[in-house]
Amino acid sequence: MSHDGPFYQRDRDWHSPAFTPGYKTSILRSPQRALLSIENTLSEMTGPVFGRDILGPRDNDLITNFGGTGEAIGQRLIVYGRVLDENGRGLPGVLVEFWQANAGGRYRHHKEGYRAALDPNFGGCGRAITDQDGGYHFRTIKPGAYPWPNRVNDWRPAHIHFSIFGEAFAQRLITQMYFEGDPMIWQCPIVGTIPSREAIETLVAALDRQATTHMDALAYKFDIVLRGRRQTMFENKLEGH
Amino acid sequence: MVQPLKRRKESPSQTAGPYVHIGTNPNWVEITGVWQGDLGLDLVAPEAKGERILVKGRVFDGADQPLTDALIEIWQADAAGLYNSPQDKRGQADPHFVGWGRQPTDARTGEFRFETLKPGRVPFPDGRLMAPHITVWVVARGINIGLHTRLYFGDEEKANAEDPVLLRIEHRARVKTLVAPRSEEQGLPCYTFDIHLQGPDETVFFDI
Ligand SMILES: [Fe+2]
Repeated sequence: MSHDGPFYQRDRDWHSPAFTPGYKTSILRSPQRALLSIENTLSEMTGPVFGRDILGPRDNDLITNFGGTGEAIGQRLIVYGRVLDENGRGLPGVLVEFWQANAGGRYRHHKEGYRAALDPNFGGCGRAITDQDGGYHFRTIKPGAYPWPNRVNDWRPAHIHFSIFGEAFAQRLITQMYFEGDPMIWQCPIVGTIPSREAIETLVAALDRQATTHMDALAYKFDIVLRGRRQTMFENKLEGH
Repeated sequence: MVQPLKRRKESPSQTAGPYVHIGTNPNWVEITGVWQGDLGLDLVAPEAKGERILVKGRVFDGADQPLTDALIEIWQADAAGLYNSPQDKRGQADPHFVGWGRQPTDARTGEFRFETLKPGRVPFPDGRLMAPHITVWVVARGINIGLHTRLYFGDEEKANAEDPVLLRIEHRARVKTLVAPRSEEQGLPCYTFDIHLQGPDETVFFDI
């Protein structure tokens, strides 16, 4: 038996619904009609693959990949983990992209309206391709919390954005990573779109004191789970054939 | 108690937010020098087989205003109907055609634009051929989980009429939200695929 059938149906009650009025922008950007449910076809069970040749040596080092010679300011971190599917299998060769604010909570973006200073040595983007076991890691600084235009005093908890490809387009996912112990997680309207505390906790990275680098960086572990595939048991083969 | 099934749960989606392009298209938002060129801009190498086409459109919110901060990805088969993916076991797709593209919507007009190929037909699980189509995925600030839909081609009336996916749409008036009309631009066929997140013309989105 192998897991090469269609993907498990996405659990829409586990994910945020589209319409979440506490996050105001969702009000006019949320589809209102029922989604069309279709079994997987080849169009969803295939997906693009990215070769390691796209990666530069500092793509996974946000501390140095923007500044010429200088290093980004902030609490130095290693973020590491695995990309798994729902069956617990590590997914090798998967492109993971990440982006974040600087240590003051400021993004390098023309639409940014927060007064925290830009860091001349911090761009805020990186990427990695998972190894044989689905593992990835990168070096960065801890992003600051920042205020954002929703209600007048809404702040985002410190977070890193992730985009993950998987092996098939059905697995395509964008999400965010939060930091263990941050009280602001539970005050955030965007986090609060997720229906259950149990689901939210799967986005909170654990502080890992065993993975720090000596006199250098703290470490956080963040595993990402993508949709898994069904086993094909009776569909193709009978015993002895 | 019963034995546990021990399956994991998918990581919950979170919005791509207003700064998604920092991660996906850093050069486009003037974060240059981290890596050369953003991924997904070029789908078609000169040697690729098939008819060159343009695909363009905008994404409208519930107040009919185009989104100027969205990110659009497309995924499609090559001209022979094969996907350039190890998961397609039917044969080797055209190595000169990636099949995956990614574009931000224009910061002023909201328009997205792809130069690609007309895809071939791909079979549905039961063997019937689907009409040529392009998978379209939309993420943006205010969208909590990526929206998955399909572009079908306005000049493929016969194939569209027998497409197993389009046939599943109960409200037949909504089929047209997935069919991009054809025009000409720069001497190429150009298909316009406007996406409506809400309202009477709300696009059919998929749970797939
Ligand atoms: Fe953010």
